[in-house]
Amino acid sequence: MNGRERAVALDDLDRRLVLATQAGLPLVPRPYHAIAERLGVEAGEVQRRLASLLARGVIRRIGAVPNHYALGYTANGMSVWDVADERVDALGAAVGALDGVSHCYRRPRRLPLWPYNLFAMVHGRTRDAVEAQVAAIAALLGDACHGHDVLYSTRILKKTGLRLPRERADAGVTGTR
Amino acid sequence: MDEIDRRIVNALQDGFPVCDEPYAAVAGPLGLTAEALLARLRRLLDDGVLTRFGPLYQVERMGGSFVLAALAVPEADFERVAGQVNAFPEVAHNYRREHRLNMWLVLAAESLQRVDDVARAIEAATGLVLHLFPKEREYFVALRLVA
Repeated sequence: MNGRERAVALDDLDRRLVLATQAGLPLVPRPYHAIAERLGVEAGEVQRRLASLLARGVIRRIGAVPNHYALGYTANGMSVWDVADERVDALGAAVGALDGVSHCYRRPRRLPLWPYNLFAMVHGRTRDAVEAQVAAIAALLGDACHGHDVLYSTRILKKTGLRLPRERADAGVTGTR
Repeated sequence: MDEIDRRIVNALQDGFPVCDEPYAAVAGPLGLTAEALLARLRRLLDDGVLTRFGPLYQVERMGGSFVLAALAVPEADFERVAGQVNAFPEVAHNYRREHRLNMWLVLAAESLQRVDDVARAIEAATGLVLHLFPKEREYFVALRLVA
């Protein structure tokens, strides 16, 4: 489960390929040729490398990333649960398998501020739909759960995804003002 | 969004092909020409129905980290802090949520060290404590959202 154990070493061209595509594929009939031209390599090389990155899980998928709100999923709740440590792994897998749960993770508690160790994202077209999902999770967790909360998102402040910097070196932190 | 847009969003969330003319390859089964599909994708991106179209990279597989983090931002400072936080390219996502911890962001960088550096820089810029919630275990991640 720890991705770092299976980290894939990227060579210089792989990394330039990530930089060239992280914001999106060109919207032209031959997008891989367009990328290849920009990188100064053959289109076949771009395609082979993308296929390899997919096969190795460096690329999770290639496709459209929808805005939840625009698709009518206006109720987006991060449900958080305080689950007994010795039971959280078995129960987390079961919660993740429920319909309507899009992401499910175990994360550390931050006591006393934050007692929750299981996070399950639930999306619905109404808050009632989300509440019904939350009730299903509560029923599944039963007495292993000592408390929960649902944090609804009310605004997307940013959704750009990964943006690698042009240089690999950790040459100071940018973005401060 | 019409019925064709919906079909595009549903069909193209995963498995976009790696071949010479991939848009033509997926346009056919949708009953579209490549040109019509490209025009619709452009509009869906311009209108914000899609936030991106392309490869989704999993930075952990490159030895990097995605880390969820949260701030308790005083209401009066919310817009200032949102601007300061979003200015970091390492902030991949940021959501306002209803809680005392009202700003939830995801830091994405090529190394854990970089994430830590950015976390400290965010604290310095905002004057607030950034609470980190690194993922300890991933149970499930869905690839699709039905339009």
